[in-house]
Amino acid sequence: MARHRSTSEIINFDEGVIKPIGLLNKATVPQLWMSFKAVSGLTNYKHIDLSEVHSVDSAGVVFIEEVASELIKSNSLLAEKSFDDVIVNGSDEVLNSIKIFSQRDLPERPKRVRTGYFERLGESFLLGKSGVIEILTLSSEVFYWSIAALWKKKGARKGSLIQQAGLIGVDSVPIIFLLSFIIGLILSLQSAVQLRLFGADIFVADLITVSMLREMGPMMTAIIVAGRSGSSIASEIATMKVTEELDALKMMAINPIRYVVVPKFHAITFCMPLLVTISIIVGIFGGIIVAVSYLGISPSAFYGQMVKALSMKDLLITLLKSTIFAWAIVIIGSFYGFRVEGGAEGVGKATTLSVVASIFAVIVIDVIFSLIYIA
Amino acid sequence: MKKPIIQVNNLTAKYGEKVVLSDISVDIYPEEITVILGPSGCGKSTFLKNILRLNQPAEGSVNVFGDNITIMEEDEYEKVLRKIGVLFQNGALLNSIDIFENLSIPLEQHTSLPSELMEKIIRIKLELVNLSHAINLKPSELSGGMRKRAALARAIVLDPEILFCDEPSAGLDPLTSAALDELILNLKNQLKMTVIIVTHELASIHRIADKIIFLDQGKMLFYGTVDEAKNSGIEEIVEFFRVGSF
Repeated sequence: MARHRSTSEIINFDEGVIKPIGLLNKATVPQLWMSFKAVSGLTNYKHIDLSEVHSVDSAGVVFIEEVASELIKSNSLLAEKSFDDVIVNGSDEVLNSIKIFSQRDLPERPKRVRTGYFERLGESFLLGKSGVIEILTLSSEVFYWSIAALWKKKGARKGSLIQQAGLIGVDSVPIIFLLSFIIGLILSLQSAVQLRLFGADIFVADLITVSMLREMGPMMTAIIVAGRSGSSIASEIATMKVTEELDALKMMAINPIRYVVVPKFHAITFCMPLLVTISIIVGIFGGIIVAVSYLGISPSAFYGQMVKALSMKDLLITLLKSTIFAWAIVIIGSFYGFRVEGGAEGVGKATTLSVVASIFAVIVIDVIFSLIYIA
Repeated sequence: MKKPIIQVNNLTAKYGEKVVLSDISVDIYPEEITVILGPSGCGKSTFLKNILRLNQPAEGSVNVFGDNITIMEEDEYEKVLRKIGVLFQNGALLNSIDIFENLSIPLEQHTSLPSELMEKIIRIKLELVNLSHAINLKPSELSGGMRKRAALARAIVLDPEILFCDEPSAGLDPLTSAALDELILNLKNQLKMTVIIVTHELASIHRIADKIIFLDQGKMLFYGTVDEAKNSGIEEIVEFFRVGSF
């Protein structure tokens, strides 16, 4: 008869019997399992003797039953035998644990359903299609309620417009102020170096004014607002959805779009042009500092050139553009908020997607307006 | 006489200046099911969090397995945690991964079991809570009761010596609740597990409780068996057992 001694000294393979000793638990099983796997000629073994096992946990039970299963499989003499015939001499305590953690009646593990590439592609297309319909429906509802809300005051919380204007507008001022000033400085510095080569220093005023007015002011403001307020709108609405707050509003006969989205829509419509105006002024101020200190242009000369470069048409188009940016940010944030699925993970995804989609939308709208400027 | 497995000594817990638990001392013995009872806001969950060191007590100490965990080094505390399972009130499953992966985290992190045995252990634990079919699903695809059961399976996946359950029966139907009680009794009787449960379910208390701790307004009014509680003459407790709720 083959005789093996495991390295751990806690299992004997002897006289056709596998005899674990002591504790069979998650700490000892890994080594026992390795010892068992190293045994050749399993056909010689007919029993697992548990007489020297003091206690077992679920890992121990799995080990015992796996060993029993292997013995039955590899020994034709045991083919008709059950686990109970192979597992012998267990104390009541050990046998009770085996009863609790037995894997004998475990159902088959359900198969993971894997979807193919084309199936996923089709799903994305259908999802995209339904998304377009949803966002158009949401937009129409938001516009309807935002106009209706001008006359119907019921359905919104008192003071919500002021609160949202504070969150979206006032709280954004410091970061927009700082970034616009830095961008004005950089833009002016970079262009000053090039313009000086041609002796066209004074045109730095035109460059800064036009670029801040047409592009950098509205664009930078929109990106900051999309990152700050767009994400906050998406996460707030998504959280309200997963915690059933939106359902609760509906059950109180309160329209969630009217109650949650419209105050934000009004606030951003009012604040965005103001924020863009601040951004343009501060950006140009950054440009003046470089023009005066680096190029030696007098402030009055810069001012004169700036006035020449300013046009009412540009200003109006910029303010219109910034309002469209604002609407896109609110609607996209709300869309992803309302569309959330799952729990905390869904909220995170909705927030990320809303920021990415808002910035993308801002850039696409900007391209359209650039064509309008040219026309 | 067995030694207590948990000793709470003069525990006082505060949130800011507000005293939530005041001077609580109790010994919890191994292989017993201790139910923590009390009206909403009496400090049950805070008591549990202080025993587990999720909150640091303002005063007093908590000895678990004989050692004061409130002043323990982090690595020692982690060793204690490996012998403890916790079922949180809302399940607290990780939403980004499926149930199988949720249960495999403690096994992968704290054992060196081979993956084939690990998988079997996970399937056994899920079968114990009657959730074998949900092994590949994510928590967001389960009902509230199923999430609770999956969280219990995760709490017992390492066969802890002490199991803490914060309202395990909440949101479960009576049959599932009774089956859960049966499982908890088995864990205690067969595996010598110590169980500490926060619950209001009277039927559950009668089925499983060896001892109850009754808290009210941050103070411990009573500690003893259910029969002793019923005959304690303490108005709040007698009323609870008469009416069945607070």
